Amino acid sequence: MTKRIISFFLFMFVVAGSANAFAATVQEVKSKGGITAWLIEDHANPVISVRFLFKGGVALDPVGKEGLANLISGLLDEGAGHLDSQSFQARLEDEAISLRFSASKDSFSGTLKTLSQNLGSATELLNLALTQPRFDTEPVERIRAQILASIRRDMERPQSIAMNEVFESLFAGHGYGRRTNGTAESISAIMQGDLRNFVKTMLAKENLVIGVAGDIGPGALSKFLDDAFGALPDMPNVKTAAEVKPKLNGRIKVIETDIPQSVIIFTESGIKRDDPDFYAALVMNHILGGGSFTSRLYNEVREKRGLAYSISTSVYPFDHAGLIFGHVGTENSRVKETIKIIKDEWAHMAKDGATATELADAKTYLSGAFPLRFTSSGAIAGILVGMQASDLGIDYLDRRKSYIDAVGKKDVLNVARRLLNPDQLDIVVVGKPEGLLSTP
Amino acid sequence: MRILIALNVAFLMFVFAYGNARAEVFSPTKFTLDNGLQVVVVSNHRSPVVMQMLWYRVGSIDEPQGKSGIAHLLEHLMFKGTASHPNGEFSKMVARNGGNENAFTSFDYTGYHQTVSADRLEMIMELEADRMNALVLNEADIETEIDVILEERRQRIGNNPSGKLRLKLGAELFPNGHPYGRPVIGWEGEIKSVTRSDILDFYKKYYVPSNAILVIVGDVEPEAVRKLANKYYGPINNAKTPPRPLLGMPDAPKSGEVIVRDARVGQPAWSLSVIAPSLGSSNAGRVAAFEVLAQVLGGGTTSRLYRALVIGDGKVVSAGAGYSSDPMGPGRFVFYASPKPGAKLDAIANDIEKELKKLIKNGLTSGELGRVKKRMLADAIYVRDSLKSSAWALGGALAAGHKISDVEEWPNNIKNINEADVISAAKQIFNEKRKVTAKLLPAQNNGKGG
Repeated sequence: MTKRIISFFLFMFVVAGSANAFAATVQEVKSKGGITAWLIEDHANPVISVRFLFKGGVALDPVGKEGLANLISGLLDEGAGHLDSQSFQARLEDEAISLRFSASKDSFSGTLKTLSQNLGSATELLNLALTQPRFDTEPVERIRAQILASIRRDMERPQSIAMNEVFESLFAGHGYGRRTNGTAESISAIMQGDLRNFVKTMLAKENLVIGVAGDIGPGALSKFLDDAFGALPDMPNVKTAAEVKPKLNGRIKVIETDIPQSVIIFTESGIKRDDPDFYAALVMNHILGGGSFTSRLYNEVREKRGLAYSISTSVYPFDHAGLIFGHVGTENSRVKETIKIIKDEWAHMAKDGATATELADAKTYLSGAFPLRFTSSGAIAGILVGMQASDLGIDYLDRRKSYIDAVGKKDVLNVARRLLNPDQLDIVVVGKPEGLLSTP
Repeated sequence: MRILIALNVAFLMFVFAYGNARAEVFSPTKFTLDNGLQVVVVSNHRSPVVMQMLWYRVGSIDEPQGKSGIAHLLEHLMFKGTASHPNGEFSKMVARNGGNENAFTSFDYTGYHQTVSADRLEMIMELEADRMNALVLNEADIETEIDVILEERRQRIGNNPSGKLRLKLGAELFPNGHPYGRPVIGWEGEIKSVTRSDILDFYKKYYVPSNAILVIVGDVEPEAVRKLANKYYGPINNAKTPPRPLLGMPDAPKSGEVIVRDARVGQPAWSLSVIAPSLGSSNAGRVAAFEVLAQVLGGGTTSRLYRALVIGDGKVVSAGAGYSSDPMGPGRFVFYASPKPGAKLDAIANDIEKELKKLIKNGLTSGELGRVKKRMLADAIYVRDSLKSSAWALGGALAAGHKISDVEEWPNNIKNINEADVISAAKQIFNEKRKVTAKLLPAQNNGKGG
């Protein structure tokens, strides 16, 4: 075999830690076949982690066949090419290769982890899974039964019941309003043709991004990229989901359930990743409810009043919409009090923004804690995928701190005014809250 | 933990142990300060990040009669403040310096940990040492924190049928006052009755240098840790701690079965927990056989149970087995399954027993042991891929009274297991009378799943 000629671009830069900078070299590796991956090499341990993501996910599940992307994620490693399900699984297990797929609202993702000595096998199995999945009847029915069980289990969990209600009402009529798992009905309606069609239309080179970390150099990676992904079609054949605004009207929705603690999900319109206010929103959220043990909501609800064990808010930037949502669980008799505090804090932030100390603390946390994520090859590969999926640029690790540093008090106040409106806040309660009824 | 408390060591280990298991390869540096504090350091220079864990050899098993939940309550209160860092400053300082932190309480131990940029190690060591003997407790904080813990309890148990089942299972498998039979989070009435002086007594008795293990992993050299440890932990006065409770073998369970019926249960679940040896009650060579057995029977999709019960027209959607050697006291070997609609739980139990008998009678198939061992040994390499795994594995072992060599020699112990060891372990599980079946069922028995 002739030695492959590879081309790759090298970008060197420095990741700013909370104080001392550290070097993490992100290389862009482009294979002969034109497939690109971002790589952070680290040869200290003979392990290679690969994460990859195809844009398009649950939001594109066909109407009536919700849960398709998720079902596929359970089936690609259940037999491919000449290997039936048990043979495929045995190859993975015997060579200690971990290959997993998952579906989210905007993407279909995979993760591969292998000892460097088994890279050849790992490559072959990944390629087979992506390009020649068998979808034999036995594994299809087995995984379908597992998902049906998982749907039944979800209905036992107040948190899942509440989340389903939030998405179904805020995004009614849009792909975001449909469940990742699908429903018993929609899962049962999925046929062989749907499975094959998904693979043919969704898994392509154009909508694929790849991040790699660990014991592999650019040369070997280039070969891996062509061997694993080279046989995929160039272009996907799927529509893009439409832009959507969450339908917020300040409702309270109570789903009466006989449990001692009400689970409350509160949701507000958020912000997309490419919005110029994104970093201001991140800082604002950290102060409001994002900081695990330091946020205003944590202090008011848990530390001062003992109303809950956990309370937090998060910024969720989807590709076609944004949300800020929070969750809290409190005894049924204290739901009203808790909701009032949340609304007060919402209003307080929208009116006054953050103090100088809060702002400074949030910024040092958000820039200092980011490098802490670089502690396993899988986590590093995941960050490289996220950077590409969100078009952040290969020098993002270098620039991230400056984006956070640039957020001023005024920015926080502006974004709080733009996003937070206690009269719009969508509140879903699963439990038996005392003295609280759904708004008509 | 403030976020997640280890209510059940065995179940926790399903998450941590297999795929994230222990390995010989951490090669830690170990030393002891003059006041008795044990220190373990693992250098790892992948990122300029360090993690500090401080483990105390005290958990819910050490609680006085009638004071269940006090170890966990104290863990929560450790964040309230000291004279030099009052008013919850601990968490504020860690966050302000870009750090993450948490804590957890288990049957056998309590732990606190922070992860920070390597240049902030001194700060977190100063903070953690400070609260080892300078905690300030006021009544109002205690009262509020008890409310928080009651909410935690509602979240984990009151709201959660599986949580209720786990609680009943613990009490049945470890009856008659065995320390493993009470929940780590405590009984509600007892949590409410704990006083400030109860908590202070517990704190003074157990939070002393010779009862703790300091683990530092990450981008730091052992010598630097030694200096900082001497500077901050060194001056703390030691005191003698009471002996740990005897964790003998439990009495036989009363009925051997626990059931939770709940209208919200849509997917029934079944498990069988069998008393088994652990590193605390046996030795590293012996427990390795049970680890291999768990893999042979129920580790992954090519395991015996998965093939027999799940593949094809199987009665269940998932099935497996799990075992953790970690406890100080008796261990448990657990079989579990989720039935398909209409499948009878007792029939599933029979099928699983049949598989165990088959293994005892026919032994392993050709190549089976080698394949399982090879996969397990790969875990010893994967485990080094994560910065934090070494701190969890080494600290957990020492805090539960095991040895560093139990962790470091794990690959050799697995390598040495032969077929006879596995069969002998299987026989012990099969013959063990102390076992409890746990069933999670819908409220009305409509003939399905009973």
